[in-house]
Amino acid sequence: MTKISPDVIAQHGIKPDEYAKILEIMGREPNLTELGIFSVMWSEHCSYKSSKKWLKTLPTKAPWVICGPGENAGIIDIGDGQAIVFKMESHNHPSFIEPYQGAATGVGGILRDVFTMGARPIANMNALRFGDPSHPKTRHLVAGVVAGIGGYGNCVGVPTVGGETNFHPSYNGNILVNAMTVGLADKDKIFYSAAAGIGNPVVYFGSKTGRDGIHGATMASAEFDEKSEEKRPTVQVGDPFTEKLLIEACLELMATDVIVAIQDMGAAGLTSSSFEMASKGGLGIEMDLDTVPMREEGMSAYEIMLSESQERMLMVLKPGPEAEAKAKAIMDKWELDFAVVGVLTDTGRMVLKRHGEVVADLPIDPLALASPEYDRPWTAPVKRPVVEAKDVELVCPAEALKTLVACPDLASKRWIYSQYDHMVMGDTVGRPGGDAALVRIHGTDKAVGITTDVTPRYVLADPYEGGRQAVAEAYRNLSAVGALPMAITDNLNFGNPEKPEIMGQIVEAIRGMGQACKELDFPVVSGNVSLYNETQGAAILPTPAVGGVGLLEDVGKSATVPFKSAGSSIVLIGETKGWLGSSLYLREICKREDGAPPPVALHRERRAGELVRQLIGDGLVQACHDVSDGGLLVAVAEMSMASEGHIGAQLDAPSNLPLHAWCFGEDQGRYILEVSDNDLASVLEEAVEHDTTVRVIGKTGGHVISVGGRAVPVHELAEANEGWLPAYMGEEMSGH
Amino acid sequence: MKAAVIVFPGSNCDRDVAVALEASMGSKPLMVWHRDTQLPDLDLIVVPGGFSYGDYLRCGAMAAHSPIMREVKAKAEKGTRVLGICNGFQILTETGLLPGVLMRNRNLKFICKDVYLRVENAGTDFTAKHKLGDVVRYPIAHAEGNYFVEPETFRAMEGQGQVAFRYCSKSGEVSDAVNPNGALSNVAGVYNDKKTVLGLMPHPERLAEDLLGGKDGKAMFDSLVEALS
Repeated sequence: MTKISPDVIAQHGIKPDEYAKILEIMGREPNLTELGIFSVMWSEHCSYKSSKKWLKTLPTKAPWVICGPGENAGIIDIGDGQAIVFKMESHNHPSFIEPYQGAATGVGGILRDVFTMGARPIANMNALRFGDPSHPKTRHLVAGVVAGIGGYGNCVGVPTVGGETNFHPSYNGNILVNAMTVGLADKDKIFYSAAAGIGNPVVYFGSKTGRDGIHGATMASAEFDEKSEEKRPTVQVGDPFTEKLLIEACLELMATDVIVAIQDMGAAGLTSSSFEMASKGGLGIEMDLDTVPMREEGMSAYEIMLSESQERMLMVLKPGPEAEAKAKAIMDKWELDFAVVGVLTDTGRMVLKRHGEVVADLPIDPLALASPEYDRPWTAPVKRPVVEAKDVELVCPAEALKTLVACPDLASKRWIYSQYDHMVMGDTVGRPGGDAALVRIHGTDKAVGITTDVTPRYVLADPYEGGRQAVAEAYRNLSAVGALPMAITDNLNFGNPEKPEIMGQIVEAIRGMGQACKELDFPVVSGNVSLYNETQGAAILPTPAVGGVGLLEDVGKSATVPFKSAGSSIVLIGETKGWLGSSLYLREICKREDGAPPPVALHRERRAGELVRQLIGDGLVQACHDVSDGGLLVAVAEMSMASEGHIGAQLDAPSNLPLHAWCFGEDQGRYILEVSDNDLASVLEEAVEHDTTVRVIGKTGGHVISVGGRAVPVHELAEANEGWLPAYMGEEMSGH
Repeated sequence: MKAAVIVFPGSNCDRDVAVALEASMGSKPLMVWHRDTQLPDLDLIVVPGGFSYGDYLRCGAMAAHSPIMREVKAKAEKGTRVLGICNGFQILTETGLLPGVLMRNRNLKFICKDVYLRVENAGTDFTAKHKLGDVVRYPIAHAEGNYFVEPETFRAMEGQGQVAFRYCSKSGEVSDAVNPNGALSNVAGVYNDKKTVLGLMPHPERLAEDLLGGKDGKAMFDSLVEALS
C-alpha cells in the first residue's frame, strides 16, 4: 500500500489546506484510490474552484432557455417541440502534447456531452489559437490539430461547419483547441444526469476501460514546464468509429423508455460521472469494479476510477430484467460493451469494491459539492491610453490592404476547413467562410446559425471591453446571416489564476461578457473554463471564446458574404470614428500592439442587429458582412474576394476622417450591405427608423477595390489571401 | 423504381442519399442493415458513403466481406443496378464488382470541396439526363480517392466506355491542375463492363437541392428513376 506522504499529496495537485479538508470529510486518512478521486474531483478542470464565484454572475435565463449551465450542455427552445443542445469545451493541454489525439478526443468529448442529453449532433465548430507562425512547433501543431479534428468529426459523420483560427506568440507554449457541438432534440425527450430510484442498476456501456488518460484532468489544471512533454501518456486515444456506434446506440436506446439518467464519462472518467449522477440525485452508489469492462488485465481500483479512456457512458436503468434486456439488445446490435457495474443506494456514499473487498468508501456530497471555492485575489487591469489616428503611420491603403488580407489571422482558412467534412448530413446551407455557419433543421424550413468569436488582443488590452466585444461579435455574426441570436456557450481560456493580474483578467472579462449577454438578451447556457495556460510563467492572451447560436425561421431568408452583382450600392450600417487602438492595422502594418480596444455600445449594437435582420428578412439585402478584424476595407475586400468573378468596389471615403482610420479602424457594431438600386431608398428609410447610422459608401463593379485614389485588383488580394496558409504549410494551392 | 440503401455501422451518408432518392422517386428507399443476408426484388442498390466499419484497415476491405455484400454481389451479377458513392465506391472495388483501387489522396489529406466533373459516358441508366461532355458540380469528401488500375485494364475500360466521370475545370478541360487527389487520368468514377454498376468518389446527393448550393446531383437520381421505372 502506498503511504500517503506529503509528496504523494503534492503529486496529486492537492494543496495542504485542501488535504486538511479531506481529512475532515473522511474522518481518517484516505487511501490512494480515495486520494486519487479527491484529486480529480477537486481539480480546477472539474471543480471550477477559481472561477465559480464569478461564473455565477453570468445571466443564464431567458424564456427560451430550457436548461442552463450545470448539466452536460445548455438547451434552448426553437419552437415546434424542438430544442437545440450545445456546448463548447477546451482540450488545450492534451492538444499541445499530442496534437492529433488531443484535438480528436476534444471533438469526441464535446459530442458526447451533447448526445448524452438526447440530442443528435448536427454540427461541430472549433476555435483554435496557435503560436507565432515562425515558432518551430507551430506548423506541426496546426497540421496535427486539424488532422485530428477532421479525423474524428469526418468519421462520426457530423459536419464541421466553421470556426476561427488565430496565431500569436503568446500561444507558443499553450495552444488552444476549443471544440463546440450543436445537437437537435425533441423538447420532451431530453435526458439528464440525476440518478433516481434506490436499487436501480448502474450500467456501463461503450468502450472498454484501459490505462490511458489517467490524471488528464489534473494535468489540465497545472502550468506547463520543460518536462510537460513527458506527460504524453496522460493523453487519451480516440476511436471515432466507436463514437459513431455510441451515438446511434444512445439515440436508439433513448427512443425506448428504460433510461432513468445518463452521463458520459469525460474528464476524470468513471469517477466524475458516477459522483455527478449520485450527487445530483442525492443518492449513493455501490460499484463492483470487477464488472467494469477492461482492456487490460490487472488494473487497480485507482486506475479504473481515474482512467480517461474514451467513448464510455454510464446510466441508471429502470428496475427489472426487461429494461436491462432491452438495453443490452441495443448495445449488442451496435457491438458495444455493456455491464451492470453497480446499484443505487440510500447511503449517500460511494462504495467501491475490487476483488471482493471495499477499496474506497467516500461520502458523495461533501466531495462533489464541497469542492473548494476560492475568492482569489485580483488586481484590476491598468487602462491603456486611446491611440489617436494622427499618431499612427499612414500607409497607402491599397498596400496595407494587401498585407492585411494575407496576414495569418485574416488569411483564408480554406486549407483548414477543406480537411473537414462540412456537408455530411445534407443540411449545411451556409458553409465555412461566412460570418456564421447555417445548418438547416432536418426536414423543416428552419435553420440554426452558429459562430465562435473572441478577439484576444482586445481582451488583453481591456478585459472588460474585450469580454463585451466577444459577445457582441457573436451577436453580430449571427445577425449578419439573418439569424436571431438566442444564447451562447463560453470557453474561458486564461493563464494561472493564482496570479492576481490573471485573476483580474478573468473577473473583468466575465463582467464584460455578462453585461453584453444581459443587454443583448443573449444568455449563457453552458461553458467550460481552462486555466493555467502558461508555460514557464508566460500566460496566453486572455481568450474567453464565445460560441453563439441563433435561429432563422425561414432558411430561404438568409444573407451571405459575397457580392452578387456590379452596380449595387455598398451601404455601411453603424458609426465610424476610425478607432485604431489594438487594431490589426496597428499590429500588422505599424508593428505596434498598444492602445485601448474599440468600445462596444450595446444599445447601438442591438439596434443595428435588429435592423440588419429585418432587412435580410424583407429581402432587401443582396449580401451582408459584419465589420470586424481589419476594419471596413478588409470587410469590403472579403465580399469581393468571395464573389463569383471577383466583383470590385469603388469606395468614397469621407473627408472628415484620416483615410487609414476610416479604412482600417475597428469601430464596433457595423455591417456592410450590398443593396440594389431599387431597394436603396427602403433600406435607408428603415435605418433611420431604427435610429441607426447609415451611409452609402460606394458602388460594386469592376475588378479592383479603389479608395482615396488608390486601387488594387481583387484577384491579387484573393491570391494573397488564399495563398498564405497553404504556402506556410508547405503546399501548393490546389486547383479550383 | 424500388431502391435500397445498405447501412453499415459506420455509414454516415445513408440518410443523405435516402433523402435525395426520395426527392426523385417520390417514395422512401428501403434501408438494409449490414447483418441482413437477403434483399427483396429491387431496381437499384445504393452503397453509401461513410466509414463502413471504421475503415481502420484498408477502406471498404472489411465491408466487402460483410453478410449483406454477398447478397449485393449476387444481385449485381443478375443485373440489379448498383451505385457506390465514396466509401461505397471503395467497397465495390474491394468486392470486385468494379475494377481498380482507391489509394490515399496524393496530398495525404482529407479533402472536402466542390469539384467539376465531365460526363464521359452519357448512355447509361445513371446519366440518361446528360449529354456526353456535360460538366456537373458535385462535392468530394474523402481521404482515399486516388483511383488506380493497371494500364492494360484501363485501356480496355476506356475502350468499353467504363470511365464514368473525370475531374475537370468549370469549362470542362481535364488537366492535372484540377485533379484533386491524383487519380489516374482524372478518373472520378467508373462502371463495370455492363454499365450496371457505377462507383464514384464525388457525392451527387450533396448537391441535389438549390438551397444547398445547386442540384447537379439530382440529375443522376432523376436519370435512374426514368430508366428504371
